[in-house]
Amino acid sequence: MTTVIRTIGLRKSYGQIQAVRGIDISIEVGETVALLGPNGAGKSTTIDMILGLADPDAGTVSVLGGSPSAAIDAGWIGAMLQTGALIRDLSVGELVGMVASLYPEPLDVGETLEMTGLSEIAGQRTQKLSGGQTQRVRFAVALVSNPKLLVLDEPTVAMDVEGRRSFWTTMRNEAARGRTILFATHYLEEADAYADRAVLMAHGQVVADGPPTEIKAMVGKRTIRATLPGADLDALAGLPGVSGAERRGEAVVLACADSDAAIRALLATHPEARDIEIAAAGLEEAFLQLTGDEGTAQLAGALS
Amino acid sequence: MSGVSYTRYELLRTLRNRRFFLLSLGFPLVLYFLIAGSQRDVHNLGGTGISAPLYFMVGLLAFGTMSSMLSCGARIAAERAVGWNRQLRISPLSTRAYFRAKVQTAYLMALLSMIVLYAAGISLGVSMSASDWLKMTLLILVCLVPFAALGIVIGHMLTPDSIGPAMGGGVALFAFLGGTWFPITHGFLYDFGQLLPSYWLVQASHVALGGHPLNTKGWVVIVVWTLVMAAMARRAYRHDTGRV
Repeated sequence: MTTVIRTIGLRKSYGQIQAVRGIDISIEVGETVALLGPNGAGKSTTIDMILGLADPDAGTVSVLGGSPSAAIDAGWIGAMLQTGALIRDLSVGELVGMVASLYPEPLDVGETLEMTGLSEIAGQRTQKLSGGQTQRVRFAVALVSNPKLLVLDEPTVAMDVEGRRSFWTTMRNEAARGRTILFATHYLEEADAYADRAVLMAHGQVVADGPPTEIKAMVGKRTIRATLPGADLDALAGLPGVSGAERRGEAVVLACADSDAAIRALLATHPEARDIEIAAAGLEEAFLQLTGDEGTAQLAGALS
Repeated sequence: MSGVSYTRYELLRTLRNRRFFLLSLGFPLVLYFLIAGSQRDVHNLGGTGISAPLYFMVGLLAFGTMSSMLSCGARIAAERAVGWNRQLRISPLSTRAYFRAKVQTAYLMALLSMIVLYAAGISLGVSMSASDWLKMTLLILVCLVPFAALGIVIGHMLTPDSIGPAMGGGVALFAFLGGTWFPITHGFLYDFGQLLPSYWLVQASHVALGGHPLNTKGWVVIVVWTLVMAAMARRAYRHDTGRV
C-alpha cells in the first residue's frame, strides 16, 4: 500500500456556501505536498474531511487504506490545525507528554521538545507563551505522535522569521525520514521551497497539481490591464506574448507569457488603450488563468 | 491509548487552577455558615424532623457538588473555544476515556466539596453514626451521576460566554426546587421538584431519620435523568467536531 490519502469527488457545503466542490487528490507515501490557495479556497475544509472532523456531503476519503477515523484511532495521523491555542495549567513538557501518552508509539518527549526548539521553555506554563512559542508547541503536539501522515494547516501563520526557519528545517528532516506530509499554505514561496508537489486550490476546486516549479512558472507571469472599450477579445488573445484575455467592464486583462512583447503589440494595434497597468500576477491571477471559462466569472467576483 | 494518564493530567490541571478550586470549595462553605449558623439550635426544620445544620449541610452540599459537576462543562467549553477539543478528536483518545476523565475530575471536586462541608457540619453539631455518614455519602454520589452527564452536555453545546449564565441559573433553579435553601413540603413546587435529581440529592439528608431516603420514585427520577443526559452527552460530543 503506497497511497496515503485518496479523495474522490469530495464535496462539502456549509449552508449556501459550497466550500469544496469536487476534489480528487491522491498522495503517495513519502511525498511532501503543499495545498496552496488563497483564503476561502477550501483548504481547511478539505483537511477537516481528511482528518474526519467533517463529513463530506458527497465523495469519499480514504487515509492509509481505511477511513479517516480508523487512521486516527490507529494513531497514524499527527495534525496541526489552523486555529487553536493550548489548554492552560500544564507546562509545555507536560502538555506534549500528555499528548504522547494518547498514542501507541510516540516519539520521546524530550527529543521532540529538542527538535522543535522548546527544551528551554519546557517548564513554562502554556498560558504564558508568546504566539510564536504556542505555534511551536502545537507543532510538537503534532509531531510527538510519531505519525505516518503529518497534516499541517497553515503552520507558519503566527511564527516569526526565526521560528519559520527552524520549523521548516525540522520539517525537512521529518520528510527525509519518510514521513508523508501535507501542509496548507497561501505562500507560494513555502510551497516552492519545501514541497515536492503543490496542489493549487481555488474556490473549492483543484485548479493545478504538479511540481511547485510548474505552478511557479504559471503564477510567475504578468498581467496587463488596460481600459479598452469594445475591444475584440479574440484578437487581443492572439497578440504576441498574450496567453489569455478577459473583459472586466470597460477594461481588459491580458494574461501574459511575455509581457514585454505583449505591451509592444498592444500599443501598436490598439493605440487608444489607456490606464495601462502591468503587474506581476499573484496567486489570485494565476487561479483566474487556470480555472478556465466555467470558474472565471465566479472567481473574478470572489477575488476582486 | 492511555486514558489513565489523560485523566491524571486532567486532575493536575484542575488542582492547579487555584481560583477555580478555591471558589468552588469556598462559596458553599460561606453560604452554609450564613444560613445554618444562625439556626444551629433548630432540631426539627420545617417539620422535616431533621436538624437545621444537617439539612443545610446536605442542601449546600447539593449546591456545591452540582456546581462542581456543571463546572466540568465550563472547562469543556473553554477547551473547545481554544480548539483543543478538535485536537483531541484527531488523537486515538476514545470517547469513553474522554468522558471518564471529565467525570472523574468532576467527582474529585465534588468529593473535596463534600469533605469541606462535612467538617463544617460537624463544627455546627451534626452527628451521625459512621454507617449513616457512609450511606449518605454514597447516596449523594449516586444522585450526582445525571449532573456529571449534564455538565458534559452543556460543555459541548454552549460557548464560554453563554455557559456562565446557563450554569448560574441552572444551579440556582435546581437548588431552589430541590429544597437547598429551605424545605419545600407541599404544593406545585413540591410536586415539580420531585421530578428533579437535585430534590433527591437533598433528600439524602433523611438518612438521619433511618429508613430509606430515596423511595422508588426517587430512583426512577435519578435513573431516567441519567439515561437521558448520558444519551444527550454522547450526541453532543459526537456532533461537536466543527470549529467553534
